[in-house]
Amino acid sequence: MLKQYWWKLLSFLLLLYAVTYGFYVSIPETMILQTMRNLFYHVGMWFGMFTMLTVSFIYSLRYLKGFREENDRIAIEAVNVGLMFGFLGIFTGMVWANFTWGAPWVKDPKLNGAAVGLVVYLAYIILRSSVEDRHKRAKVSAVYNIFAFVLWIIFVMILPRLAGDSLHPATGNNSSPVLPMQLDPSMRTVFYPAMIGWILLGTWILQVRIRVSKLKQQLEE
Amino acid sequence: MLLKRELTHLLLKEIRLELKQRYVLNGILLYLVSTVFVTYLAFTGTITAETWNSLFWIILLFVAVNGISKSFVQENPARHLYYYTITSPEAIVLSKIIYNLLLMMILSVLALLFFALFMGNMIMNPGLFVTALILGSLGLSSVLTMIAAIASRASNNFSLMAILSFPIVLPLLMTLMKVSGSALTTYSWSGNIALIVILLIINVAVILLAFLLFPYLWRD
Repeated sequence: MLKQYWWKLLSFLLLLYAVTYGFYVSIPETMILQTMRNLFYHVGMWFGMFTMLTVSFIYSLRYLKGFREENDRIAIEAVNVGLMFGFLGIFTGMVWANFTWGAPWVKDPKLNGAAVGLVVYLAYIILRSSVEDRHKRAKVSAVYNIFAFVLWIIFVMILPRLAGDSLHPATGNNSSPVLPMQLDPSMRTVFYPAMIGWILLGTWILQVRIRVSKLKQQLEE
Repeated sequence: MLLKRELTHLLLKEIRLELKQRYVLNGILLYLVSTVFVTYLAFTGTITAETWNSLFWIILLFVAVNGISKSFVQENPARHLYYYTITSPEAIVLSKIIYNLLLMMILSVLALLFFALFMGNMIMNPGLFVTALILGSLGLSSVLTMIAAIASRASNNFSLMAILSFPIVLPLLMTLMKVSGSALTTYSWSGNIALIVILLIINVAVILLAFLLFPYLWRD
């Protein structure tokens, strides 16, 4: 039993650690004061979103290889979980931005990349609901998913270049205490476990959603 | 060589079809003129180079979506079945992309002419601007052809075309705006070479994806 479920337990423990010790761990003195602790939660949402969308992309590719319905189910459920993380990421980010930048929404490449990602996958869901036939829906949406994911990645990669400076601690010479590689050692002890915890939690939610979707289909049939 | 022969035939077919249903083409042209005219009337006073640039590309995007959305729904489905038996999916998608590229070139040149007529010509570096137009036409035609193919498989084709394509076309559109924006404000090419390379990469990626993915779309 433990052999199968250890990662769920691990996810629970890591997140329990993150939401308790995350408020207790000593953080460096910066302009953004205590709000820096949001790093453990807000960034986790993006890790979760990105992981889920990558999973969805991979399963769409696999669907086109063998047309197995199972792979399509994983692709759509991963998008659903990814969108949930995406919205949570936007909200936690808006709260944080309101404190640190003075407004909930600012023109920033990272924000725009995230917002476009959400729009792409909302469009994906609308595309799915407008195709009646189940096999056709799976095929068409897999094609869109692959096409959109690649272009979204390109978009996220070139955006900082187009926009110039980002308010987010970006790569390059911009040194900031919240960049992972410049992260304070004491914060690292929470940051990395929290990220793993969020990704595992996403996988857990995904697994449950897949199970529910299977049961629903069985009931319908 | 077979692909080349198929392509020529399919391309000629597209052109003949367009000339036969001339009202479709005329409709898009009128759409273009009226949108430019609406913006011309909506903006009183002076227009900055930045506004000129954004308006130009937004109008071109809408015109492109309008012009290309019909690509796969113009002919009746039974005729598509016939094409499936005589040609390859790669030839179909390439011929549509090339045809839409020609269409986009014509539309973008016309858009430029009307824009220059109504809103004034603000281009300082024509070479750079034309480069952006050509790469933009290619990019828009290939992205939108692929989206048109996807949307044609679903119901409510037209609004789907817009919501599927707008977020996806953004990397292309924003790079284009950046390049053409600097063609409006400077004479130099420096700093734009990297962006042109990005445009080329996006174009190659999209065409490659279309080539690989279209075969999955065309048959039920």
